[in-house]
Amino acid sequence: MGYLLEVKDITKRFGGLVAVNCVSMGVNAGEVVGLLGDNGAGKSTLIKMISGVYHPDEGSIFFLNEAVRINSPMDALSMGIETIYQDLALAENLNVYSNIFLGREKLKKILGLINILDHDYMLAESKKVLNSLEIEIPSLKNKISMLSGGQRQAVAISRSLYWNAKFLIMDEPTAALGIAEQKKVLDLIRLLKSQGLGIIIISHQIHDIFSVADRLVIMRRGLKVAERITKETDPNEVVSLIVGAEMVKR
Amino acid sequence: MERSNNRGKGFLMFLGRRWALMFLVLESLVFSFTAPAFFSVKGIQIVLFFGTTIFLLGTAETFVIITGGIDLSVGFIMGFASIVSAKLTVIFTRMGLPPGVGILLGILITWMIGLIPGYVNGTLVARLNVPPFIATFSMLGITHGISELLIRGVPAKNLPYLANAIGNGYFIYSVPGEIVSLFKKPIIQRGVLLYEIIPNVVVIAFVFILVFAFILKRSKFGQHTYAVGGNIDAAIRAGINVKAHLIKIYMVSSFFATLSGTIYMLQYITGKADAGAPFLLDAIVSVVIGGASLYGGIGTVGGTILGCLILSVLETGLRMMGVPTFDKYIAVGIILIFAVLVDQFFPELIHKGD
Repeated sequence: MGYLLEVKDITKRFGGLVAVNCVSMGVNAGEVVGLLGDNGAGKSTLIKMISGVYHPDEGSIFFLNEAVRINSPMDALSMGIETIYQDLALAENLNVYSNIFLGREKLKKILGLINILDHDYMLAESKKVLNSLEIEIPSLKNKISMLSGGQRQAVAISRSLYWNAKFLIMDEPTAALGIAEQKKVLDLIRLLKSQGLGIIIISHQIHDIFSVADRLVIMRRGLKVAERITKETDPNEVVSLIVGAEMVKR
Repeated sequence: MERSNNRGKGFLMFLGRRWALMFLVLESLVFSFTAPAFFSVKGIQIVLFFGTTIFLLGTAETFVIITGGIDLSVGFIMGFASIVSAKLTVIFTRMGLPPGVGILLGILITWMIGLIPGYVNGTLVARLNVPPFIATFSMLGITHGISELLIRGVPAKNLPYLANAIGNGYFIYSVPGEIVSLFKKPIIQRGVLLYEIIPNVVVIAFVFILVFAFILKRSKFGQHTYAVGGNIDAAIRAGINVKAHLIKIYMVSSFFATLSGTIYMLQYITGKADAGAPFLLDAIVSVVIGGASLYGGIGTVGGTILGCLILSVLETGLRMMGVPTFDKYIAVGIILIFAVLVDQFFPELIHKGD
């Protein structure tokens, strides 16, 4: 049986610093894996290698059981690996559907030769994808700057999904959100999981991770120090693994 | 308490978003009473004729300011273009080409040359990370210097008469009820009232302004322009080639400056290094009055044209009243500072939320 996405013995060095040291992990389709670790543990470097921002120095990445070389973020996107960063990367001065279609705008011809933006099509398609995610946003013609943090997160997620993401990497999806909105985003993640996506979540909010993740991978100082099934562990053990206060059984 | 507060704010927002239009109406009314010649067909034509430069430079600046940059070189690129087009036209007519062909060739070649400073500006800003202020300020110096070298104190002379006819002619000539003529001035008897409607240069300018306003509003290029100004990281991650896009934006800007220079050549039958220099402030101010944010991401060509009209009416009206136009510069400077302060502290008052 193969993982949807798997990294094997992956290593990244920055000069003398080994940011990620021989880490292996895998994510199944329809599974949420929480990636945990203190600041500087190497989580971000690890996901940046998967999303094409960095190249691994050693080791390999398998996607859909094939060894792949991800040279740039665009490569990752074209394979269906989408990354949602903490800052979401939305243009706040544009409206919701323009953001969903940003960089891949749908055009139509007028007078047979001039290409203009097809607002109606983009609006209708955006409505569809937001409905399929059970997200309510009052008007898709509203600018992003008028939306709440949770709504922005939802827009960023639907943007990825519309472009056929098979694998989603989410960096701190619930940070900077109100309690009610955190719950909504977590519900959304469960929905995506039920639709068969593989998901990696990085978060410092251990309770959030426990409520959505199936498995936990814990990193410390560039090493993978533990992997746990969420049901078989508890926050105390995980915290002590993160800070390294307990002897670790591999 | 809260409700009245809301209503007060709603009123302020209403005012904030339409203050430019209301200001234009108000100042036009004031000038109509204080300068009797102002409210007439002729008066309005003068506003448009002298406004052409600001319309074009303002449009140039709109594109750059939406991306969060600024182009200080438009004024001297305009002067440079006026000289180059004048010189080329003289050379071509001396070579024996018919004046129409000479003028057309001179202008077209100048438009090509005029893209170069924009390409250099864009490359410096986008690829070499030079702040727009510094890159375009340097280009201001460079184009100024080259212009002076080209002209060496002697303005281009002996332009064909046709240039004057185009630059100071009108789109429609009409004797009410009798003659309607496009472009060509009809021969009339003395004492017959001939209406001259819309200067040619205004028609030329607005053809280009409308095309580019359409591009900004409706095309993918326009959408990407707003995205780059709104969140450059989002634009990069969305796969937009931000560097190439910025280079194109600075080229659009220098194209409009060049266009303005060639029109100046037709209007004044000469080229002058500092032809556009006094209008740099006007151009930037008109963009800001038009509702754009100097922080990028917001602005429209329509708004800018409104801003230009305010300045052009102010200038024409004051002139007709016999007030020295230095007062205008003071007013314009104060308007700019005021508009930027409002933008900084109460952005919701002037920018539409929808």
